[in-house]
Amino acid sequence: MRGGDRGPRGGATLKDLRNIGTVRRLFAFIFANYKISLIVVLVCIVISSLTSLASSLFTRTLIDDYILPMLSSQAASDLLGDAGVGPDYRPLAVALFKLAGILLAGIAAGYAYNVIMIFVGQGTMRKLREQVFRHMETLPLRFFDNHSHGDVMSVYTNDIDTLRQVIGSSVPRLFQSLITIAATFVSMLVLSLPLTLVSIVVAFAMFKVTRTMGNLSRKYFTERQKNLGIVNGFIEEMVSGQKVVKVYCHEQQAMEEFSVINERLRKSVYNANRIGNIIMPVNHNLAEFGYVLLAIVGALIALGGWQGWWLCGLDGAALTLGTIVSFLTLQRNFTRPVSQISNEINSIVMASAGTDRVYALLDEASEPDAGKVSLVNVDARMQEVPERTGRWAWKRPDGSLRPLEGLVSLDTVDFSYVPEKQVLFDISLTAYPGQKIAFVGGTGAGKTTITNLINRFYEIQDGTITYDGFNVSDIEKDSLRRSLGIVLQETQLFSGTVLENIRYGRLDATDEECRAAARLVYADAFIRRLPNGYDTVLSADGGNLSQGERQLLAIARAAVANPPVLILDEATSSIDTRTEKLIQAGMDSLMKGRTTFVIAHRLSTVQNADYIMVLEKGRIIERGKHWELLEQKGKYYELYTGNQISA
Amino acid sequence: MFKTLLRQVRQYKWAALLTPVWTTAEVVMGILIPYVTASIIDKGINAGNIGNVYKYGALMLVLACFSLLFGILAARFAAYSSTGLAANLREAMYRNIQRFSFSDIDKFSTAGLVTRMTTDVSNIQSAFQMLLRTSFRAPLNMVSALFMCFFINGKLSIIFLVAMLVLSVFLTVLISRAAKLFKEIFKRYDDLNGVVQENVSAIRVVKAFVRENHEISKFDKAALSLYTLNVKAEGLMALNHPVMNLVVNASIIALSWWGAHFIVGGTLTTGQLTSLFSYITTILGALMMLSMIIVQLTQSAASGTRIAEVINEQPDMDNPGDPVMQVADGAVDFDHVYFSYKKGGDYALEDIDLHIRAGETIGIIGGTGSGKSSLGNLVSRLYDVSEGSVRVGGVDVRRYDMQVLRGEVVMVLQKSTLFSGTILENLRWGKPDATLEECREACRQACADEFVQGFPDGYETRIDQGGTNVSGGQRQRLCIARALLKHPKVLILDDSTSAVDTATDARIREAFMQRIPGTTKIIISQRILSIRDADRIIVMDNGRVNGFDTHDNLLRFNEIYRDIYDMQTSGGEGDFDANALKN
Repeated sequence: MRGGDRGPRGGATLKDLRNIGTVRRLFAFIFANYKISLIVVLVCIVISSLTSLASSLFTRTLIDDYILPMLSSQAASDLLGDAGVGPDYRPLAVALFKLAGILLAGIAAGYAYNVIMIFVGQGTMRKLREQVFRHMETLPLRFFDNHSHGDVMSVYTNDIDTLRQVIGSSVPRLFQSLITIAATFVSMLVLSLPLTLVSIVVAFAMFKVTRTMGNLSRKYFTERQKNLGIVNGFIEEMVSGQKVVKVYCHEQQAMEEFSVINERLRKSVYNANRIGNIIMPVNHNLAEFGYVLLAIVGALIALGGWQGWWLCGLDGAALTLGTIVSFLTLQRNFTRPVSQISNEINSIVMASAGTDRVYALLDEASEPDAGKVSLVNVDARMQEVPERTGRWAWKRPDGSLRPLEGLVSLDTVDFSYVPEKQVLFDISLTAYPGQKIAFVGGTGAGKTTITNLINRFYEIQDGTITYDGFNVSDIEKDSLRRSLGIVLQETQLFSGTVLENIRYGRLDATDEECRAAARLVYADAFIRRLPNGYDTVLSADGGNLSQGERQLLAIARAAVANPPVLILDEATSSIDTRTEKLIQAGMDSLMKGRTTFVIAHRLSTVQNADYIMVLEKGRIIERGKHWELLEQKGKYYELYTGNQISA
Repeated sequence: MFKTLLRQVRQYKWAALLTPVWTTAEVVMGILIPYVTASIIDKGINAGNIGNVYKYGALMLVLACFSLLFGILAARFAAYSSTGLAANLREAMYRNIQRFSFSDIDKFSTAGLVTRMTTDVSNIQSAFQMLLRTSFRAPLNMVSALFMCFFINGKLSIIFLVAMLVLSVFLTVLISRAAKLFKEIFKRYDDLNGVVQENVSAIRVVKAFVRENHEISKFDKAALSLYTLNVKAEGLMALNHPVMNLVVNASIIALSWWGAHFIVGGTLTTGQLTSLFSYITTILGALMMLSMIIVQLTQSAASGTRIAEVINEQPDMDNPGDPVMQVADGAVDFDHVYFSYKKGGDYALEDIDLHIRAGETIGIIGGTGSGKSSLGNLVSRLYDVSEGSVRVGGVDVRRYDMQVLRGEVVMVLQKSTLFSGTILENLRWGKPDATLEECREACRQACADEFVQGFPDGYETRIDQGGTNVSGGQRQRLCIARALLKHPKVLILDDSTSAVDTATDARIREAFMQRIPGTTKIIISQRILSIRDADRIIVMDNGRVNGFDTHDNLLRFNEIYRDIYDMQTSGGEGDFDANALKN
């Protein structure tokens, strides 16, 4: 029921399937993972189709071979007058037992393939989900910038869920239908050639009708999807902005606009569903027409007394009463899968939109990571050790070590997010170990962008960035990022306790280490005031905390990570000036002895930096110490005497 | 819940009521057809009477034609009424959302409302259509087929009764167990979604801390538990098939055995036996369909409840009975106001007693969570006070017509929201009939005219959804211009220039002084600079008013204000470290 609207069915053919590359990839994926299961399933489907065919053929055997002979023997014994001897039911009983055995085998086979397909279907969905997520974790930030969260999330639920329908039921049913049709067709040929011909005509007519109507409904279906998008977009936008709607008393107007697009949507959904709904009764009754046609043709042949091989079946037997009855049952077996096939193909086509999105995500290129230099812990004698020592070293591919110092240097770096719009121009700077480098400048000047390049959230277009003499692209991405602690402008918390959120900085930190980190950045006081202290469960959006408190937690998280180099991006912007004053000491001890990059709009954070870089429109226009910049009477001076650097 | 939803069928009622009628007619045809089939075999083929084959064949064709007609009608009517219901539900929800107060919106959350209006509605639409088309068909098929069976042969029909009994018991047990599992599965989906959502929105943190593997293991755990439950639920449902087949086939064998006896005994014809075979499939198929309907209805019940919640939500704020339609002036008074966002929750504002004269410029400053925004929200009655009262123009805000009040008291919200459409369209939210010149004038005051003119399409420039194609500062200025177009008596700016540079900020304030001197201006800000020129400044601390005076007086007598001032102007001459350690 998730996602609900699956739209009208019918109308697609195998030809449509050929156009869907992603569906083929999905099948290849399933086949690769479940080869043996699928072979077993195929065998089971054949068994179950054949047994159901056997049971429908049984009607003829029952009437022709058992009941009619019994009737005649009854008549004979009646004629002879020995009333005591009834007809012999034993052959019938034996035949019924045989039938029961066949049917049981069929049921068992049917159950077996259904259960196997559950494992295959759900297993594939799970594998695919995990694969998609695993792949998503390797994607560059650019991907997340360009895709809305809603779109990404619906891949995991809506899109992958449509596959369940396809794998779990459409595909096996498609196979079953094909096998049933084939087997039924053979049995029909065996029973009677002319009646088979009639059946084919009927089936063809059904197929044609379904296809035509499907094409018709697809036009409406496209329209429906379009209108659905419009309505969803409208709701999304207007409900998000509902507070503004209220402030401006825009309710009436919004309502009127909504009514118009809502009505348009209703009409197109109605048109699409109307045709989709009709396909079933039309097919159903076409089958009834076929039934009558067969009965008449059959009766004409049987009663007309015509002879000829072309009037017989492949078994050479002439048309009998029992044959007609059997054939009529077969006819139902023949037409049902015909309409089912087009239904199933259609639902596969519908699901292909889902597989397209799943594979589009899987086809996104991962972050490049060709680095060979890794970060390791070392002891006091510069020997690599597995445990955490607080001392770090770079390990070259040849195994030699070089101590981590924290010398970061940018040399003539150019960068743009999109090719035609360059964001950073010719940035060069060097941060010596332990220095504090501050970036100031207006919105869009490129402050955050520079820090995003150091930890390779984005790849630079020109120039080089080195870290302790290594080009950052030669350092393993994970190692590089582990060596850089970062507190971001927008604080993200995870659902879980306060303690777990702090521990996110270093997964093996003890409770005491987490608390110490919190105390260091003055987060301890407010945490202890929370209902359950450090064990208070936070929701993902941290709704129960103020923006400032969330920032304190993010700083504590960086503190517990205890990284060699720190990047603080407006880390204290939402903390009011009084609290900031409090945590300043903590921040200072956090920064002590580490190379630190600071972005801030408050002078207090900036002015004791070793170097201040003033950025404007992607270029460093001034650089120097606080007092030097003031003496220059340039942009910095302007910002400073304006008392407030705009963010 | 059902009542609420059904009430929304409204103008589609007749279509909804007629659908079962057509379905019934279709079913009756479908039931009669096998009976006629039997006649074709018995009276035509068996009796060697080609005339009867024609006769009954023609009858069958006529019945099939009617069956088709009724089928098409049922399909159309079902589509008509179910899509109509869906449209009505969306409309009813949207209409009620328009009446929602801010706290109602907070309660449901934007994402929640969107899902309810989209996914949940389409769930209900398909459930309703299925209800109309099949829920009558299934029992009807069953009852009439059973009736026909008894008509043909009463004794043999006992087999059917036994089969039905066995199946019903089995299905009841199956459904009740599966329903529980499905409910659990929905929760697991939420868990999975939660992990993805958190991961996607916190991707920078994940990457910065190299926590990809940690996240993957969280996700794998959620995926595994979803998988396990799904396999369990589907495995349970998979029993349906074999058990159904078992019962059908057992019935067929029993029917063959006893049927043979009856035929030999002369109380049954071969044609009747084939009819019985086809009825048995009909009956048990109907039972199966019924079970599926019940499962699906239980699943969509959750959606129904969620929709009904929105439709039935009584907005906690409504127009008063005899509203005041005129706002005298821009005087604002807080009389011992207490306010909390949640009933019974902690107070966000406590004992606020303030009196602001019309035309005054008031600054509000204070730390995060000190209650600055809450103060502004109460003036335009975006929320209602818990205790005390807020008066505008001397009248309690709760006595005004809400449209009138919000026409005169305009708040520029912290989150600057623009809508997709041209800049001009966005501005005209403030005044629908504003001329281009009026809009330009407002933009000039808000220092927006310059950059708007800079766009290639000027005022006809299209704003993308979420306003992502203009910068934060530009967005804020457009929002201010939009508010100015209302020519309000009270204008509240809730940190509305935070992304605007200092010089422009000053120019905007300058324009306020010159152009709208009569308007009461309440400026909420974190920056001293934005408010230092105000006539009076309110210093908020922990939900209370800590000081309310001019800049000079506050600087002299108010400790908090002086702290903030020192921090922001002198930049702290190194002595704040000592202060921090003292605390």
